[in-house]
Order: sequence, then C-alpha cells, then structure tokens
Amino acid sequence: MLDLLLAEVRGPDCGGTCVFLGTVRGGPEENGVTEIEYSAYDGMAEAEIERILSEARQRWPVARVALRHRIGRVPVGEASIAIAAAAPHRAEAFAACRHVIEEVKKRLPVWKKEYRVDGTAVWVDPSGKPVPTHGA
Amino acid sequence: MATVTVRFFARYAELAGCETTAVAVPAPATVRDVVRRVRATLPGADALPERPLAAVNLRHVKLDAPVHDGDEVALLPPIAGG
Repeated sequence: MLDLLLAEVRGPDCGGTCVFLGTVRGGPEENGVTEIEYSAYDGMAEAEIERILSEARQRWPVARVALRHRIGRVPVGEASIAIAAAAPHRAEAFAACRHVIEEVKKRLPVWKKEYRVDGTAVWVDPSGKPVPTHGA
Repeated sequence: MATVTVRFFARYAELAGCETTAVAVPAPATVRDVVRRVRATLPGADALPERPLAAVNLRHVKLDAPVHDGDEVALLPPIAGG
C-alpha cells in the first residue's frame, strides 16, 4: 500500500514527504482487541475521499496528496489508513497530511467492528465505546 | 409522494435487519420525515436514534435537508474511519 501511495505523490520538486499511518491498537487496555473489521459506504466513501483530497489541493496547491483506507479485517499493529503528502517544503507537507486525517476522522463513512480476545465482536464509535441502541 | 431508497450500514443494518429499503413519504419531505417513517414502520428500526447522521446522494446533510423522489438516503452510524 505504501509504495503505491508514495509513487502517487513523488516528484522532482518535492523536498518533504509526510506519511501518516493509522494503525490498529490492541491488547488489554484496548478492550482486548485482536483485529478490527472496517466497512464502508463505498460510493460515498470514494466521493468523500475525492472531496477531502481536492480541498487539501486547493488549500495547499504546492502539495500532492493521496490516501488509501483498508476495508475488511485488519489485525492489531497493521495500518488501516495511509496518507502521503509531498511538497517542495515540509511545512505544506505536514499541514496537508494533518488536514486530511482530521477530515477523514470527521467525514469518511467508514465503521469499525472490534473483534476481541473474549470472542465478542462489537461495532464501536471512534472512542471504542459500543454504538448505542435507542431505548436500550 | 416521494419514494426514496434508504441505506443502512454496520450497526444500523444489524438493528434494522436489512441493508436497504424503499420508503414513501408525502412531499415535500425532509430527511427527518424519512427517519421518522423508517423508525415507525421497519421492524427493529425503532432501535435507531431519532437523530442519526445522514447522507443524501452521497453527501452529508442535516436532518432538515429536503429529499426528492429517487434520492438515496443513508443513515450513518458514528463515523469511525481512519
């Protein structure tokens, strides 16, 4: 995943490349998670990725940005998302990269199901709490 | 009447017991009207929140956004990507 991503943003004018990897956390402090299953609203996720990248390109025209999100089961320690941003100077690379992950966290229609060592599997919100049921 | 396709995902699909359904609401209608109809008529869907995140035609919208015949309305559980 990373090689392709870096190839997308590489260029002779780039002095700085910033890479962000979001990796699956596990272990006893993390509900005993062994892996996370990601699912997405495919059509909207593609559209939202394009919108987020386009906004970053408008805000930092010198930066090239790319992102990939894995769908399906991702074991602890592996990356679920990779973002690369390359620019002539590091300031724009860092800023564009940061912006993209922050927007993904707010907007990308992706959900996660934690598989735990006790055998349970639970859809969780970003903080790791089970998605609440109305009236429960 | 406006007939829209409603999509469910993740936890909401489990609660609603399906991934997609068609809903008819009197026009003019909002996303809120669609949510109300879904929660009132689809077995299990009353376990969905009264004010979920929503999207119409692949874009995030507020619940007071209008819906039109043929739209795709998605009810989104808390965003958890990245």
